[in-house]
Amino acid sequence: MIDTQNQTSAPEPGGMTRRTALKALGATLGATAFSQAIAPLTEWAENMSLDEYLQKHYKELSPFDLAVVMTRLEKQTKEETGVDVTIQDYRPQPGVKFGYALNLSVCVGCRRCAQACHVENNHDRPSGNSYIRVLEMQKGSLDLAKGRVNYDHPVPHPDKFYMPVQCQQCDKPPCVSVCPVEATWKESDGIVVVDYNWCIGCRYCEAACPYHARRFNWTKPQVPATEINPDQGYLSNRLRPQGVMEKCTFCLHRSRQGKLPACLEACPTGARVFGNLLDPESEIRWVLKNKRVFVLKEDVGTQPSFFYFFDE
Amino acid sequence: MNKSEISNQVTSYRRFLWNAVRDATDGSAWFYAWMILLTALALTGLHAWAVQVRDGLAVTGMSDHVSWGLYIANFTFMVGLAAGGVMMVIPAYLYHDDEMHDLTIVGEILAVAAIVMSICFVVVDMGRPERFWHMLPLVGRFNWPVSMLTWDVIVLNGYLAINLHICGYLLYMRFRGERPNQKWYVPFVYLSIFWAISIHTVTAFLYSGLGGRPLWNTALLAPRFLVTAFIAGPAFIIVLLFALRRFGGVPVASRPVQVLVNIVRVTLLINLLMVVSELFTELYSGGSHTASGHYLFFGLNGANALVPWIWSAVAMGVVSAVMFLRPGVVARPVWLTVACALAFAGIWIEKGMGLIVPAFIPSTLHEIVEYFPSLMEWQITAGIWAWGLLILTIMLKIALPVLRHPRRASHAKVETAPADSVADSQPAVASHS
Repeated sequence: MIDTQNQTSAPEPGGMTRRTALKALGATLGATAFSQAIAPLTEWAENMSLDEYLQKHYKELSPFDLAVVMTRLEKQTKEETGVDVTIQDYRPQPGVKFGYALNLSVCVGCRRCAQACHVENNHDRPSGNSYIRVLEMQKGSLDLAKGRVNYDHPVPHPDKFYMPVQCQQCDKPPCVSVCPVEATWKESDGIVVVDYNWCIGCRYCEAACPYHARRFNWTKPQVPATEINPDQGYLSNRLRPQGVMEKCTFCLHRSRQGKLPACLEACPTGARVFGNLLDPESEIRWVLKNKRVFVLKEDVGTQPSFFYFFDE
Repeated sequence: MNKSEISNQVTSYRRFLWNAVRDATDGSAWFYAWMILLTALALTGLHAWAVQVRDGLAVTGMSDHVSWGLYIANFTFMVGLAAGGVMMVIPAYLYHDDEMHDLTIVGEILAVAAIVMSICFVVVDMGRPERFWHMLPLVGRFNWPVSMLTWDVIVLNGYLAINLHICGYLLYMRFRGERPNQKWYVPFVYLSIFWAISIHTVTAFLYSGLGGRPLWNTALLAPRFLVTAFIAGPAFIIVLLFALRRFGGVPVASRPVQVLVNIVRVTLLINLLMVVSELFTELYSGGSHTASGHYLFFGLNGANALVPWIWSAVAMGVVSAVMFLRPGVVARPVWLTVACALAFAGIWIEKGMGLIVPAFIPSTLHEIVEYFPSLMEWQITAGIWAWGLLILTIMLKIALPVLRHPRRASHAKVETAPADSVADSQPAVASHS
């Protein structure tokens, strides 16, 4: 009932055969070119296991599943770098909400915090990545447009003050709202984390963050085996995969064990104050009560847990 | 429907697909040359993308400062192009323009091709494309309704499905020699009108909802997106109709072209008004919130990579607006094609490189890091365009019989087509009624 005759070209027997032959040749050439074109994908797929591909979201992993995953990651690191690392899942402590304050009168702009972050968090070496950027600011102005990050003279310069900026661990984090797959979220102690094995790498969070706090792994991070920090947190400083987001976690693998973040320990001037906002006796609470503190870009409504203040 | 009817449908659907494949792969030497060119470009792009997946997005010109570039710029433009197709559907269905009716399938096919391209541009921008399943309902974690990106996933795929259904149904009915049943597609046509508006509004909200990016954080963004969509879409369709008349033997009446010209004439002017409004607000108020606008139009602290781009876009917008206002230009297909090409290219820049990139310059900490797309990015981008044009060509090729021999809904009586009436030479069946 349905006409299946070829109506578009003249049904000349010889022509049809030649045309069919040419089509077959074209299809073969096309298929060959196609397989050549996608060849790099097969190389890439060889480095990925099915377990890794099918891994569930962090919040859906049972403690046992997670232990298996962490063991797998430790083994993988051993195979790739020869280094024995310990990956642990550090959980928030009840009754703790972390806050950070930074004394701008004291900071000298030495960037040791940024360097300590680089080492502690197993950052990519070639790019010199760090979660902290130190801005050299013009005295008398808080306008970021007047700040510079690439200063290269002895510090502190008398006409300048210095403002390190890192993740503000906002109470209303725009980066978390925009994530299409819930790969990033705010934990009960206020730290915003990323599940590196769930992130799809769309970088919407990076566009949404008003503080330039997020970093993307544009390639697989390179850390020499001798420089790898072996004490690793699953949600913090473990070696990150290519193509996913990362960010400052207030060194949760340290802070959740009662230690201080690496940036604070490295600070030679004592400009940094870190502690539990829920503990009335903590130093951070004393700063909030007795100093005139401010937050960065209060107008965008992100409600940071990171505060700045001047002594006088 | 009894068993034999079902099997009859299955058989005829299989034949329909087979015919479609045949129609899509047969043609003149020029047709083959065109298809081979597109295939070669698409494969080059595919290879570049495979390398990008293996080596990481470091092969692009993007950085932590400018974290979206050419891909997202093209994505935004493509969503607009897809929405623009609806500007044929509205006159045909809301204003009952019969001559436009005959050609609406062109707009729907363009919508399909443009949506496929927009989805491709999102996929190539992903750092981990293999984790796409993290977005699927039930197995993944879909951050709906909070993330605007999830809304975009829904509306884009919805729009694709609606337009595929409409095109597929009409072509299949035509193949079977039956009159399409209105209730199987007219509701979807009306739905597609609202849906077209929604895809571009949601895409604008993706950007305008970000408080940390002042350039995007404007209520004008969604209206401007729609207006520019209704420049780029109709401008492309006008040229497409000329091409179909020239190379496909499709009778294109003057009225549909005139309707589209009228639309572009108005939308071009509205867009210029919006550009001037934005520029005024940026320049007159000043302050660091307007730094991106300054960077875009005049450069900032010696960095001025986008200045030539945006002023050529403005020039193209102004020249094409003037051309569209001159009857002598509009009456001549060659000049009208030039005017359409200028309008189209102007919007591509303005909405792409001119909108996405400057929002990152200066960065949120006011660092000025510029962005230059890498060769790989251009290859991948060209590859996706070629792939989209391949889809467009193939679908139009399949639809050629319908376009060559249209049958008006308002005049057509229900006809039972003779068994072998599907031949090109016999316009015996209702097409896009």
